[in-house]
Amino acid sequence: MTPESNPILIGSQRVRVELIDRPIDRRPLSDFIRDPDTGAQAWFEGVTRRMTGSQQTDRLEYEAFTPMATRQLQELAAQAMDAFSLTAVAITHRLGVVPIGEASILIGCSAAHRKGPLAALPWLMDQIKADVAIWKREHFAGGQSQWVHPQ
Amino acid sequence: MNCQVLLFAAARDLANSERIDVEVPPPVTAAAVLDGLGRQVPRLLPLLPACRLAVDQAFVPADFPVSAGSELALIPPVSGG
Repeated sequence: MTPESNPILIGSQRVRVELIDRPIDRRPLSDFIRDPDTGAQAWFEGVTRRMTGSQQTDRLEYEAFTPMATRQLQELAAQAMDAFSLTAVAITHRLGVVPIGEASILIGCSAAHRKGPLAALPWLMDQIKADVAIWKREHFAGGQSQWVHPQ
Repeated sequence: MNCQVLLFAAARDLANSERIDVEVPPPVTAAAVLDGLGRQVPRLLPLLPACRLAVDQAFVPADFPVSAGSELALIPPVSGG
């Protein structure tokens, strides 16, 4: 059983972070970052992929150290708010089994102009992939499985 | 000092446990905790050089002094996203 985090909103800052154990619904994120004073929303959706090299993946399974990962995502979102002059950021990461072709992560951000949100997305993904306490396990079509620990 | 360390992903599977109690002689630094884990569970040794220790849910440097009562977690290379 994977523990979930409730959406966490930090003070007056427009940051929303959650780890959930079910398919990601875009609507609450979209509602959260929508703002009449913004002119741009940018989104990144990470989707589970079938082929890695010549190996066929059957499904992926994500696990988190939930309190640490939630805190890390909050800090990264807050840093992105400042660094990229964003109005709002919402990050949802799915945990547990994620069938092929479904979203494992969804990030949405908004700002007055497009350059900040477009630049924030790759920065956030790089930080998340380097540091946030979340791991995936690949279950291959042949029945074997392995944790992915890039070194 | 007795240190309880939370384990995740491949580290948890290798140790076959979600947490391990490690007796660490002073001075109790992050590096000493990692050394203690390797002594106690040699199966972790191949993975340990790539792991980081988190103290109270934040990464710490090798010489970080660990105090009693802190929450310790062994963080293998992450793969979220």
